[in-house]
Amino acid sequence: MTKEKKEQVVKKEKKEQAVENLQEEEVILEDNRKVVLMQGNEAVARGALAAGLDFYAGYPITPSTEIAEILSEELPKIGGKFIQMEDEIASICAIIGASLAGAKAMTATSGPGFSLMQEGIGFAKATETPCVVVDVQRGGVSTGLPTKPSQGDIMQSKWGSHGDNPAIVLYPHTVKECYELAIRAINLSEKYRTCVTLLLDEVLGHMREAVRLPDISNVRIINRLRPTVPPEWYKHYDENQKYLSPVASYGEGYRFHVTGLAHDSQGFPTNKANEVAAQMKRLKRKITHNIRDLVQIESYMMEDANIAIFAVGICARSAKAAIKAAREDGIQVGLLRPITIWPFPDDAVRKMLRDVDIIIVPELNEGQLITELHRLTKDKADGKIIPIQRSDGEMITPTHILRVIKEAH
Amino acid sequence: MANIPQKVVHKYLRHNKKFPHVWCPGCSNGTTLGSIIRAIAELNYDRDGITMVSGIGCSSRMPVYVDFNTLHTLHGRALPFATGIKMTKPEQKVIVITGDGDATAIGGNHFIHACRRNIDMTAIVLNNNIYGMTGGQYSPTTPTGDRATTSPYGNIDPVFDICELAMAAGATFVARTTAFHAIETQSIIKDALEHKGFSVVEVVSSCPVIYGRLNKKGDGPEMMKYMRDNSVPLKATEKMTPEQLEGKIVRGIFKRVEKQEYCEAYAGLVAKFQNKEEAKK
Repeated sequence: MTKEKKEQVVKKEKKEQAVENLQEEEVILEDNRKVVLMQGNEAVARGALAAGLDFYAGYPITPSTEIAEILSEELPKIGGKFIQMEDEIASICAIIGASLAGAKAMTATSGPGFSLMQEGIGFAKATETPCVVVDVQRGGVSTGLPTKPSQGDIMQSKWGSHGDNPAIVLYPHTVKECYELAIRAINLSEKYRTCVTLLLDEVLGHMREAVRLPDISNVRIINRLRPTVPPEWYKHYDENQKYLSPVASYGEGYRFHVTGLAHDSQGFPTNKANEVAAQMKRLKRKITHNIRDLVQIESYMMEDANIAIFAVGICARSAKAAIKAAREDGIQVGLLRPITIWPFPDDAVRKMLRDVDIIIVPELNEGQLITELHRLTKDKADGKIIPIQRSDGEMITPTHILRVIKEAH
Repeated sequence: MANIPQKVVHKYLRHNKKFPHVWCPGCSNGTTLGSIIRAIAELNYDRDGITMVSGIGCSSRMPVYVDFNTLHTLHGRALPFATGIKMTKPEQKVIVITGDGDATAIGGNHFIHACRRNIDMTAIVLNNNIYGMTGGQYSPTTPTGDRATTSPYGNIDPVFDICELAMAAGATFVARTTAFHAIETQSIIKDALEHKGFSVVEVVSSCPVIYGRLNKKGDGPEMMKYMRDNSVPLKATEKMTPEQLEGKIVRGIFKRVEKQEYCEAYAGLVAKFQNKEEAKK
């Protein structure tokens, strides 16, 4: 080994050691909140635990595996359950089973596994069984680019499973947000009795940054509503105004039936048009009647903006850097970032379409988010909406976005 | 009041909603359901403590009729759903109802891995040698040469022996019986339910309306008679020559061993941490 190489190795080891030390050394702030160096995947696992995760089933896949590794270490310590299943199909089914037995349950995967899980996700939505699926997106179609970023599952997270199945999908852009949205994903799954998807970018899953975790005693944890009626009165899909109804678990005396077939309010299969229509209406309205609670957006420097960038996840980070640089040159540009991508923030986007002259949409795919903007506007061809699309496994850089801002200005 | 004799099954069926059932005239699934219920009644299990999970297919429609915690899942996936339930509530008696196609074709991977884990549940495989619900396509247990709607010239596929498969994969209780032998089925299921670990009971079943018709096996009673005349108890096979055994259905408990059960192993893992915590205190 040459001297130069040796030095490099020593340097690398020192760096790794420093990172480890940082991980171990938690900086305690005055208000008792900790600052830790954390990876996005780790933040998801820690957030899920903070939200009361009881059960995790998963199958190894890059770039999501750290979530399983961390939970395999942590769950047994608190009496929670971890199981590595034989594939992703088994994983989604196991978490639905666990949830029906009363557990807060989650799985994590990436594109290929997310495809395999789609049938199970549809089952969870149809049977209104709370659970969370984390998809740390990787590049490309098919096996693609396991270690490269992409935002190619934006549409799959909405339309992936067959039939009409309204989706709740959250999309973080920082490690801290990974933690917060993991909590929110579990909370929403419990509240709305559905499968909630958390979409991560590969680079966010693997990126480490300093995180100031929220004080756990202040974090709001939502648990599913429990029935307050005797078993003979219980309906597994009780009708009520907000379409949010109590849910019993197996083994508590309620002895209800669950099926993926179209079902009536008691859960028994039905072919009657009026009963099927009621189920479909319920699934849809559960989302559409609660848009205010579900939709979250971040509006960044939008007050005076005449150019807006519309982006999620890692592209929103590049956009923020580009906006800062552009603002120094006096360009009035801002960012609208959906934190909940499904249901889509129609109202906020309509307002943006009215308020600004130009909208730039950077995304790591061949045009998924942008189709939603086209849906909400009539003037598609006038150059108001400018795409920046990339699906070769590389990032859209701040410089790239800045160049487009300047060209549009 | 009509003078109807109270039967054991009445206590366990969902009378108010789901009858008449979906099964065809002459189908043996109802007979097997009776055997399952009587086994449970004999063991005097609490209905709240039983979760019955099924996949997709004719036999998998069974859970909707019984007054337990019931789950009708996706095609082939009953076992992973059941695994999630059992791990979350290990005190539940979990019974999985599945068919030949459900368990050994689309669900083959889950089947062997549930066997391997030795998780405490009972999988009852109602093997009617065909996909009945979709109208009669060949399954992994359709005998070679037999006809199905997708093997109009005779099936060229070799067959799975469900019991051999389960034993090789690590199930700790493996048995076969036929729907005709309803009392024997009841007794074997009773043993399987009481067994700690993953138990598999294959119930050879009859599908006269599709499989029987396509292969000229006669009507329901004819197919029942076939099971009676062409099956032998495991013990009797000791004295039989391979020629005599040709084409016979062997009935009995093939394997019954004690091995570390999965949920107990997991509980052991959790206990280690709890003991550490206590030691710290």
